[in-house]
Amino acid sequence: MDRPNPVTPRLLAGFGAAVLFAAVVPHLVSDFTSFQFTQAMAYGIALLGLNILTGYNGQFSIGHSAFYAVGAYTAAILLYHFEWNHYATLPVAALAAFAVGFLFGLPALRLEGLYLALATFAFAVATPQLLKFDALEHWTGGVQGLFVPKPEPLIEGLSADQSLYYVTLAVMVFLMAVAWCLLHSRSGRAIMAIRDNPIAASTMGINTALYKTTTFGISAMYTGVAGALSVFVTEFVAPDAFNFFLAVNLLVGSVVGGIVSIPGVIFGGLFLVFVPNFAQDISRAYPFVPPPWAIFGIFLILAMYFVPFGVWGAVERGFAWWKRKSAAGR
Amino acid sequence: MRIRNMLAAAAAAALLAGTAHGADMTGITDTTIKIGNTNPYSGPASVYSVIGKTISAYFKMVNDMGGIQGRQIDFISLDDGYSPPRTVEQVRKLVEQEQVAFLFQTLGTPTNSAIHRYVNAKKVPHLFVATGASKWGQPDKFPWTMGFQPTYDVEGETYAKYVLENVEDPKIAILFQNDDYGKDYRDGFLHGLGDKADELVVSMLPYEVTDPTVDSQVLKMKESGANVFFNITIPKFAAQAIRKSCEIEWKPVHLLNNVSSSVGATLSPAGLDCSKGLITAQYIKDPVDPQWQDDAGFKEWVGFMEKHMPGSDLTDANYAYGYNVSRLLHIMLDGCEDLSREGIMACAANLKDIELPLLLPGILVNTAPDDFYPVQAVQLSRFDGNGWVLFGGIFDSGK
Repeated sequence: MDRPNPVTPRLLAGFGAAVLFAAVVPHLVSDFTSFQFTQAMAYGIALLGLNILTGYNGQFSIGHSAFYAVGAYTAAILLYHFEWNHYATLPVAALAAFAVGFLFGLPALRLEGLYLALATFAFAVATPQLLKFDALEHWTGGVQGLFVPKPEPLIEGLSADQSLYYVTLAVMVFLMAVAWCLLHSRSGRAIMAIRDNPIAASTMGINTALYKTTTFGISAMYTGVAGALSVFVTEFVAPDAFNFFLAVNLLVGSVVGGIVSIPGVIFGGLFLVFVPNFAQDISRAYPFVPPPWAIFGIFLILAMYFVPFGVWGAVERGFAWWKRKSAAGR
Repeated sequence: MRIRNMLAAAAAAALLAGTAHGADMTGITDTTIKIGNTNPYSGPASVYSVIGKTISAYFKMVNDMGGIQGRQIDFISLDDGYSPPRTVEQVRKLVEQEQVAFLFQTLGTPTNSAIHRYVNAKKVPHLFVATGASKWGQPDKFPWTMGFQPTYDVEGETYAKYVLENVEDPKIAILFQNDDYGKDYRDGFLHGLGDKADELVVSMLPYEVTDPTVDSQVLKMKESGANVFFNITIPKFAAQAIRKSCEIEWKPVHLLNNVSSSVGATLSPAGLDCSKGLITAQYIKDPVDPQWQDDAGFKEWVGFMEKHMPGSDLTDANYAYGYNVSRLLHIMLDGCEDLSREGIMACAANLKDIELPLLLPGILVNTAPDDFYPVQAVQLSRFDGNGWVLFGGIFDSGK
């Protein structure tokens, strides 16, 4: 169960159907809703990074908001100060986040479990203040942040929101496929072996140090790409957007979607965007219900109670149960 | 026949709708006016959420009394947690889904920055934003955004002017919070000092909002030989700085930013004796200041609070702020004939000598098509051991 989903015709068909469905969505809903879905997909990409690190490699991070910020600011600075093309900033943001993640992974090697979580926590807390730091202010815009315009529509006839939706969808599908290939390769097995039993893994000749730092870098890279996309979506970066709350939110999304899964990140992203809004709508409509974040908390507890392995975990278990049942019925 | 009649009626209706000056009447019906707002009901800045609650309570009262121009106010206030991306999302929701007529009092500097361009591209009035930054009054670049309160740099300039005119051979120490609020004040002050700023400022020290105390900064500033102290701190640190300078018997001309001028929140904890002689700039009637107890505007506010927000902490100046700004919008909409988006913006840009219940006597709201700073005057006051005593004239930056 803790392995990535094997490729079967059914999985491929499901994946294709999901992509097709996603492709028509922006033509069925308003620009605003497309914008929300784009946000959800950007979160989803960040969650994918976190899943690779925490779900598959067993390293804890509550500091992914920092890598998100690295990606976001790399893109914003290139756009604002150097007037780059939007899409050209994506690979640079990915590389920058990879470098930071890899370097952070080096000292993290000496830390396990809770201690690593604390170290990443420190990174998350420090990030907004570093971005406000006087020496960097010329580049980061300090507390006032930076404005960047939305990318122009790629194809005539699409609105800017629809176009960005398709770009984000394409990036997400590509990155999911890459993650899937990675986790099914030799390296993927090594990554998971380190999670399951680090001593056995190193006895087998796996260079655990290299694998752990590289995984940290790859995870940060995914999250950095998500950060860069989030800048295109909101057209603005400011340090206050990357506080510790974001880090916790990413962990919440990861767990709700299913931390040891690839498709689960979509549900995690949708959860992060739509459930707080939904909670607020309920709270506004009915004066007797508790305030929005209390409702959010209730949803979270319900999710943990009813889908303890995340949404995707529940889907998989449902499939397995159905298979067993149909096999028994035959 | 019937179809032709219907067609004719439809055409006439279309024509009528078209001739209704073809203006953007989004969010306005014959019976309602829809207004959008974001406030930090959660997160680090949620102390300000009382402003959103006060505005909601105010317009509920207005609705109970028959609304504005016979229209009920539908005030939709959403939580953005003081996070800029959330603000973008919530404001897009207000504009695109809820179809509000305009935005009012969206709170916070980074949060409003995030939507500044969006609302101007969409041509949605973005009125009386709740932040003291100075960038909200640029009608040539951002014709749909307007500020409200005196900007931090105006206040800073006021102190600079006072120092230059009243202190002989000033040597100035500045303590500031290391963020946008602190730097806006500092820069306004330095700007007010002009070319001489470099010579006059002998010590300039920052602190982080996470620091435990500012004692060491105060000691260093005393050692620098400064005889003027510009204290740009929030209440907790302001109280520490006042207390410490009192203990070490450093007695400079002590300028305290308005943010911390509350007697209840700052001066009492610091010690009222130690606070004697402090100078601050004010534009709003301080709720804990005894001199306003019998003032008509102040009593109006207390009456409102007791009736519509019972049990609230009357020493919290944010309630007074929320009441004042709601009142301004109420007055503006009452006298606004053209409620299209263009019309609303024109009304906001043509306010003449409006009095608000909790503005200091003599401070009036004025705007013009090239002046998007509604309140831009402050008055200095000195603490006499019991309360703030206004002195000097009203300083109008005349931006």
